[in-house]
Amino acid sequence: MKIKKNVTLYLRYASICIRSAMQYKMSFVLMILGRFLIAFTEFLAIKFLFSGLEEIKGYSYADVLLCFSIIQMSFAFAELFGNGFKSFSFMVKRGEFDRMLLRPCSPILQVIGTRFEIGRTGPLITAIITLFIGVRNSQIDWNVARVLTLVFMILGGTFLFIGLFMIGASLCFFTIEDTSIINVLTYGAKSHGKYPLDIYGKGIMSFCTYIIPYTLIQYYPLQYLLGKQSNVLLAFYPLGIVVFLVICYGVWCLGVRNYKSCGS
Amino acid sequence: MRKYLLFFKLRFAAGIQYRMATVTALTTQLIWGLMECLAYKTIAEASGGNLPMNYSSIVSYIWLKEAFLVLFNTWAADNDVFGMIQNGDIAYELCRPVSVYSMWFARTVGGRVSEAVLRCVPVLLCAFLMPEPYRMGLPVSMEAFSLFILTTVLGLGVTVAFCMLVYMLCFFTISPQGWRMVFTGAVDFLSGNIIPLPFFPQEYLNIAELLPFAYMQNIPFRIYCGDLAGADIFPAVLKQIMWLCLLVLGGVFLWKKVEKKIVVQGG
Repeated sequence: MKIKKNVTLYLRYASICIRSAMQYKMSFVLMILGRFLIAFTEFLAIKFLFSGLEEIKGYSYADVLLCFSIIQMSFAFAELFGNGFKSFSFMVKRGEFDRMLLRPCSPILQVIGTRFEIGRTGPLITAIITLFIGVRNSQIDWNVARVLTLVFMILGGTFLFIGLFMIGASLCFFTIEDTSIINVLTYGAKSHGKYPLDIYGKGIMSFCTYIIPYTLIQYYPLQYLLGKQSNVLLAFYPLGIVVFLVICYGVWCLGVRNYKSCGS
Repeated sequence: MRKYLLFFKLRFAAGIQYRMATVTALTTQLIWGLMECLAYKTIAEASGGNLPMNYSSIVSYIWLKEAFLVLFNTWAADNDVFGMIQNGDIAYELCRPVSVYSMWFARTVGGRVSEAVLRCVPVLLCAFLMPEPYRMGLPVSMEAFSLFILTTVLGLGVTVAFCMLVYMLCFFTISPQGWRMVFTGAVDFLSGNIIPLPFFPQEYLNIAELLPFAYMQNIPFRIYCGDLAGADIFPAVLKQIMWLCLLVLGGVFLWKKVEKKIVVQGG
């Protein structure tokens, strides 16, 4: 019952946000176009870099495009649904969060619901184009497990980024100001995750496994997807993000408990 | 001239205030630069040294890009100016007995230089202390270094003159965010911020070099690392000057038009 109520409420929030975005149609179209263009130039950059190149470290152009598409898609979804966490410092500064705590429903739902931004979907267009090119040019032997791997990678990535946004928002409880320190981990992963992580060498690989589990959603399942390893278990690695998400939720709860109201 | 120098100083002093933000930005830039160096290293190895730029040039290019990011990015145009246009404070600007175009030009340059001075020193310091092969190289010659300084100034001029056009555009639309984003995407790519321009295939490079964006950061950075040298420098500098004049003229012309039909918003 509770879940149903929450879902209805979230949909209500989302529809209000969409309707308000539609009030400025030109701006909305340009936002989508601009974000699409930014992602698209990154795709062009990969294309240009690969024009004189067969493969890097065993990954072909198509493989890199798949990686690029998956990370762009995850990030776009994460921004679409978790955008509220990104602008959370404004809510704290203006005292909006106090109001949310008073209402009889989950503050997380209100934080993400009130900032559902449909204009964030621009990069999805690029992601779908590159996914299409990548799938067509790659040598992947498609089967059910591989399709599932792809879906899990995108889902896992989305939740990983949402988790990171959540940690970033939790930091606002302590600093009030937006420190944007988390941007290194979110935007950084979006820009640099277009290549399979092992090309960056051992140090980065360990960081991306033990500190922030990027490899769970990228490197390991990718090995199965591209047929470099045949262990089907690798396909389910992205589901491990649930553990990371629980930790992020813990940090958030810690923040809420420490919240001192400010603003007016 | 003195009053414009004062606007420069005012914005400079305001820019120095945000120290915490500077520290975060610094970490971001160092990590960013290092990740790019690592990626290009693998790419350089894969190509067997067959890249359009040699690896040490690429490394210097990347560090310069990170160090002078705030000087050349078109995204971080002065938000105060956008605010003024949107909330009506523009009325006060019009009251001042100075040319609005020159005043905004000066304050944009001031904002950029203040931030760049603060940020470039630590980034460059770290870049020079990196372990090989990720260490930033010294300029190829004394001559290249002086040309680098000259073209940086010109490149900054072109960048700011372009930003002025974007400001002017905001008088024609209520919500400039969308337009800015469209421009950002295109300019970032065409100015060599995503990949250095020499990596473009020839036909795309020809197009890019016809546009003003190739005369922002592309020229000084490539002179510094020796990728652009000898007889090629002179026409490049000439084109920089040409674009600077054209963009400034275009901006002043647009301002004259805007001034006549200005709508002060807010209350």
